[in-house]
Amino acid sequence: MQDFTFRRPESLADAVEALRSVPGGKLLAGGQSLIPVMKLDLAAPGTLVPVSGLEELRGIRVEGSELVIGAGMTHREVGESEEVAGAIPALAALAGAIGDPQVRNRGTLGGSVAHNDPAADYPAALLALDATVVTDQREVSAADFLGSMFETALGDDEVITAVRFAVPDAAAYAKFPNPASKYAIVGVMVARGAGRVRVAVTGAGAGAFRHEGMERALEADFSASSLDGVPVDAGELLSDPQASADYRAHLVGVMARRAVEACG
Amino acid sequence: MSENGIGAAVLRKEDDRLLTGRGQFTDDINRPGQAYMHILRSPLAHARIVSIDASAAEEAPGVVAVLTGREMADDGVGGLPCGWLITSKDGSPMVEPPHPALPADRVRHVGDQVAAVIAETREAARAAAALVDVEYEELPAVATLASATGDGAPLVWDDAPGNICYDWEVGDAEATEAAFRGADQVVSIDVVNNRLIPNAIEPRAAIGEYDSRTGDHTLFTTSQNPHLIRLLLGAFVMGIPESKLRIVAPDVGGGFGSKIHHYAEEVIVTWAAKRLGRPVKWTAERSESFVSDRHGRDHLSHAELALDSEGRFLGLRVTTAANLGAYLSTFSTCVPTYLYGILFAGPYTTPAIYVEVKGVFSNTVPVDALRGAGRPEATFLLERLVDKAARETGIDPIELRRKNLIRPDQFPYQTPVALQYDVGDYQATLDLALDKAGADSFEERRAEARSRGRLRGLGVSTFLEACGIAPSAVVGSLGCRAGLYESGQVRVHPTGSVTVYTGSHSHGQGHETTFAQIVSDELGVPIDQVEVVHGDTQQIPFGMGTYGSRSLAVGGAAIYNAMQKVIDKGKRIAAHLLEASEADIKFENGSFTVAGTDRAKSFGEVALAAYVPHDYPIEELEPGLDETAFYDPKNFTFPAGTHIVEVEIDPETGTVELVQVTGVDDLGRIINPMIVAGQLHGGLAHGIGQALLEECLYDENGQLLTGTYLNYTMPRAADLPNFELGHNTTLCTHNPLGVKGVGEVGSIGVCPAVINAVVDALAEHGVTHIDMPATPERVWRAIQSSQA
Repeated sequence: MQDFTFRRPESLADAVEALRSVPGGKLLAGGQSLIPVMKLDLAAPGTLVPVSGLEELRGIRVEGSELVIGAGMTHREVGESEEVAGAIPALAALAGAIGDPQVRNRGTLGGSVAHNDPAADYPAALLALDATVVTDQREVSAADFLGSMFETALGDDEVITAVRFAVPDAAAYAKFPNPASKYAIVGVMVARGAGRVRVAVTGAGAGAFRHEGMERALEADFSASSLDGVPVDAGELLSDPQASADYRAHLVGVMARRAVEACG
Repeated sequence: MSENGIGAAVLRKEDDRLLTGRGQFTDDINRPGQAYMHILRSPLAHARIVSIDASAAEEAPGVVAVLTGREMADDGVGGLPCGWLITSKDGSPMVEPPHPALPADRVRHVGDQVAAVIAETREAARAAAALVDVEYEELPAVATLASATGDGAPLVWDDAPGNICYDWEVGDAEATEAAFRGADQVVSIDVVNNRLIPNAIEPRAAIGEYDSRTGDHTLFTTSQNPHLIRLLLGAFVMGIPESKLRIVAPDVGGGFGSKIHHYAEEVIVTWAAKRLGRPVKWTAERSESFVSDRHGRDHLSHAELALDSEGRFLGLRVTTAANLGAYLSTFSTCVPTYLYGILFAGPYTTPAIYVEVKGVFSNTVPVDALRGAGRPEATFLLERLVDKAARETGIDPIELRRKNLIRPDQFPYQTPVALQYDVGDYQATLDLALDKAGADSFEERRAEARSRGRLRGLGVSTFLEACGIAPSAVVGSLGCRAGLYESGQVRVHPTGSVTVYTGSHSHGQGHETTFAQIVSDELGVPIDQVEVVHGDTQQIPFGMGTYGSRSLAVGGAAIYNAMQKVIDKGKRIAAHLLEASEADIKFENGSFTVAGTDRAKSFGEVALAAYVPHDYPIEELEPGLDETAFYDPKNFTFPAGTHIVEVEIDPETGTVELVQVTGVDDLGRIINPMIVAGQLHGGLAHGIGQALLEECLYDENGQLLTGTYLNYTMPRAADLPNFELGHNTTLCTHNPLGVKGVGEVGSIGVCPAVINAVVDALAEHGVTHIDMPATPERVWRAIQSSQA
């Protein structure tokens, strides 16, 4: 790991100022991905600006038909939140099963969304729950915000402050973890609400994506069996020693069916 | 049984310091003026080093020196020796290529050492290493057994045609041929034994120190056998007399075999410390451990079993290719031969066995001993083959085993592959395990699982292993370049407390407790007055270290024999003090008594008399009570057991859930049942890791694909069920404690039981074999291909 300056901000405005004042500055929002990458010298930011403790990034509340979660909330806080469990229990379950207790105590919603690891759990939730990413500068739909792997629409001096999730009638997340890393080899979140069904897949592709064929089938008949025969194109999926694209494609179907069943 | 003696579950004496963060591991040690070393490692699997330009690195802040193979050769430092010569079938010796600590002209695996960058801080050394400009000419590489043995494969060593190090055999080829000619049925199997990365929790580390005033070298190192390192480093690599070379292996955080071997970094820090005139410290980073710790296993095998019409084993033929990696590590050559081929009788009466093994070079990290070392490979192959034979002959797999197990009245049992088993009781062990596992009611559980959409299977492994390595004359005749005895010194202090010096080394096993229990039991000294010292060549007379489950059977026996010398001398002292004949003195319960009387001297009184001789036969008997014994075992010991595993498989995803693991083992006498249970648990976790999770993979260019914990799966607590364990003990007949060994049993016995259970669960899909690790995708594919 290379030397770096640790610049703790007093406020959100101070954090933005810190980012703007030095080239190569980077936000630290839990550090569960950034620090390991820095230890391998694959990233060497000159300045780290920690934001997860900032007041402006904290809090969980229901606003109308939306659940708003501060970007600085840790996975453990989201997983144990009564507000989250009341509004979207599937989201509490998803957050409560990220990584391990050490990761959940440090890692944050904002950090995960900004990193956009193709095997992370949150991106599936953002797409399935029609989420809006709130930054200090704007509000962006999750679909527009999340790019291909490790890419987002986040600007260099932009800070995610919260994510607004649409509260569905029912939702469930089914995950098949990588036995080594415990990241998702395939994770599928299914959400039903406002006459729509959304099926979002993480782990399988170059970034989280929605599966329109499954969505149409489930909108016609919200049952696991309606997914039988809906094709999943392995050609678009990742392949590695832990799971081939064919196997991932198969698992997308299995996990989607299990998520539908868990929606009750 | 005394409160803290043999058989008592004494809490470990060493845990107070280890569990409260007060252990002293090599990386905890810092020497005045020390510099830090970073090893620049090859990013390529095979390349010629065209040039190394270290000028920028040498000028970087804090850099003390950049050393390469050129300087090392100039200083006349020798290569790392291999400890065991294997002779091929045709009588020729194995191909034994050079093994320089810093290769000067060619690198042969990813992670091979290219340069040592030494600086004032760890960070400066690491940063400067990035400035060393190495020009490589990349050469074609071979990483897998298939590619290394293929036609026209690139050569790792020009002197090793076909990448063959040796082509070895054991057993009687003709008798085995005859057995197959007379067979009613022949069953065959092809098996991969997956390659593993050891992953001790403490990465390797080493500190070299040189005292120019006295000429003394000291090496602190994460080693399982400091005396062996002294022998190899002193006599073979550096030419330093033992009197000038001290090796200290302090607290060591796990080894599993990977810390037996003599490593390049030990040589480099020892050499650099003298050359630079200051201590040099190196600590591996975890990523470095993946590409520099010796890997384990990596076999491709074909085996055939000949049976008569009733299922009796008539003959066994085995052909194996074993990946040795790029260089011959310390014990690498004997692991797939003498620790493997001679195990193929297992617990069975197979009368004719013939085993052929080719040792194969490849552009990978050297492969050497890993927990079990050869015996898991043999056991897996044999127990898979027996299970397959059961399916093909239609005989129940348990009955087929029972029919062929060696009976108690057949001991001592001479196998057709060199070993003679002293004692065992295999049928009873099997019966106990079946009972404990509830095997009778398994079909009900299978049916219940099916109602939940799950495939349930039961797998059995009846196995035997050879440990307590080893009778020196036997291993010497087989090519081992050292005798494998052990020393023990028992020093009784004037007031009766005891210090034990052992050549065994504890890196998690609990020797400080187990050995103290033996001493407390035998001498009647309270356990808190028994101190066990290990891991320092300056304190301990000699030793061969800890591996092959040998500490208790060999090291413990040496301590026991030293205690007998203490008792014998104590009797002579007591005879004088009690004015009795030596023949009349008995030593019992910590007291020397005159037989048939109440006249007695306590152990402490005799010890005091030995050192403070007011009333002492000084002209007939030397003062002091301090005895040393060297123990050379008469035979291997043969722990054996039955492991039974039940799994449930989710056929949609291929996920294997371990539902029940039962083990009944014969380990000989148990000194500390708590420590034994811990060793079994650890070994079972290791074996289950191999069976279901762990797999070291290289790509076709020799790049390691599984070099982090993101893609190399170590077993976690959540992957394991509770273990149901039991014992069926027979005492070893040839060592004084009747002990056998436990450290490797779990990793040897359980792998085939897991895979047999998986195959049993999948049998209805027509699956007859699945390679380790039985990952979800591999299981899913097996199901798919049967449906295709």
